[in-house]
Amino acid sequence: MLYAILCYNDENVVCSWTKAEDDAVMARLAVVHGRLEQAGKLGPTARLLPTSAATTLRKDREPPLVLDGPFAETKEQLLGFYTVDCETLEEVLEITKELAKANPGGAYEVRPLALFLPGSLPPGAGVS
Amino acid sequence: MTDVGWIDGVLSAARPQAMGALLRQFRDLDRAEEAFQEACLRALKHWPRNGPPRDPVAWLLFVGRNVGIDLARRAARHTELPEEEQLSDLEDAEAAMVERLDGEQVRDDVLRLLFICCHPDLPATQQVALALRIVCGLSVKQIARAFLVGEAAMEQRITRAKGRIAKGETQFGTPDAAERAERLGAVMAMAYLLFNEGYSATGGTAPLRAPLAEEAIRLARLLLRLFPAEPEVMGLLALMLLNHARSAARLDSDGQIVLLDDQDRGLWDRKAIAEGLALVDKAVRHQRPGPYLVQAAIAALHGRARTAAETDWAQIDLLYGVLEHLQPSPVITLNRAVAVSKVRGPAAALEMVEPLAPKLSGYFHFFGVRGALLLQLGRPAEAKQAFDQAIALANTAAEAAHIRSHLDRLMAEGAGNG
Repeated sequence: MLYAILCYNDENVVCSWTKAEDDAVMARLAVVHGRLEQAGKLGPTARLLPTSAATTLRKDREPPLVLDGPFAETKEQLLGFYTVDCETLEEVLEITKELAKANPGGAYEVRPLALFLPGSLPPGAGVS
Repeated sequence: MTDVGWIDGVLSAARPQAMGALLRQFRDLDRAEEAFQEACLRALKHWPRNGPPRDPVAWLLFVGRNVGIDLARRAARHTELPEEEQLSDLEDAEAAMVERLDGEQVRDDVLRLLFICCHPDLPATQQVALALRIVCGLSVKQIARAFLVGEAAMEQRITRAKGRIAKGETQFGTPDAAERAERLGAVMAMAYLLFNEGYSATGGTAPLRAPLAEEAIRLARLLLRLFPAEPEVMGLLALMLLNHARSAARLDSDGQIVLLDDQDRGLWDRKAIAEGLALVDKAVRHQRPGPYLVQAAIAALHGRARTAAETDWAQIDLLYGVLEHLQPSPVITLNRAVAVSKVRGPAAALEMVEPLAPKLSGYFHFFGVRGALLLQLGRPAEAKQAFDQAIALANTAAEAAHIRSHLDRLMAEGAGNG
């Protein structure tokens, strides 16, 4: 079985880390990541940029509505995510609109990634 | 430990938060300022002996509040509070004090204070000047420099603004959402000037003033949370992040300025650049370019260039053109001339710069840019004259040293040719 581990913390605190503090955390994590990767346990890893960089597409209406800022409702739950490689936010929004047509209802929050590590899981991993 | 220069930096970094909280408590600008100044004086007395406290803001607030209460009691012929050294020297007392202070509350105080200073009854120029004086504790000279006006005129503006605020009683109420929106422009201007006070510091004080830039970034994040769909706020935060990302490469080990072209781009903070670029991208969708966003877009083009040679100067020239249109200013034209010199050569740039002379005759960078252009055009005698004028107007030792290095090169080349 594949599992996702979602990371939560107070953004105000993490954003106010100095570069040295941030680097220290990342260095400690890199040790754990390295160990997991060698054991063939680690898939793609991502660190998101702060919510200030977020844009939300509400797809519970037609046409969908693009809003600045992070997803703020609490009656909906996180069900999945995509990683896409785009030149501009405009291009990502085109993609989300296409996805929304196929799967209306709810919302997509678009967040740029600060860091992406592909990991070492082979295709078909987690299928038992 | 006899060198107390570091204390100055710690005090200026602590000022916005401490003043915000003291004003909330005393609801009187002069009382809050007096309390803060007295707390600073006591810090100058205690910190060299005991070292800096773990949380300077908490220390200053604790002492400042006592001072303020003490002042009130003294006026009412009450007895003094115990000497603060009996309290502050105890680790336990300090830890408890830090706990008592609600971090979020103190943070919001700063933003609230900014919105208060930006009261619409005050003319815009007075709002920002007052905020810089009260919130950031900048000297009248520093503020005058930022506004390109004389010191006496600025002093008058601030005194007048203080007088007006003192007369009103209701001004210290928290502005509601509509009032906040009205005051947003002035608050953004203020946050940006605060950022520049931290960002543009050089020499020994640079690491000490850096927290001002970080405080400004924090304020811009709070502003964006209040106004999530305002492209100028996105632009402001992006502009700060993109400039701040270059901090580590901006000064050499002596604290001297390293020009953009010569910076080690490996030292740039890529994460901050990524966030800045994402914010610009997000703001551009609104198709309402404002001055902060355009400046952020210019900074983004520098941030994207992996080497100085890859810089898209033609695009930067265009963006400066937009900025000139939005916010006509001789300083912007001067900056544009630098881009023009890269795209169309020094002669075209000098042609743009010359007419600015009457307006920028007291501006250091005007003579620096003019000298550099004359030098490129092979007019060393005139270049030397411009550089001499620049040195006379330099605000910091680093600026003077930078121009002097141009002059030295000029002299050496002159000797070689002759």
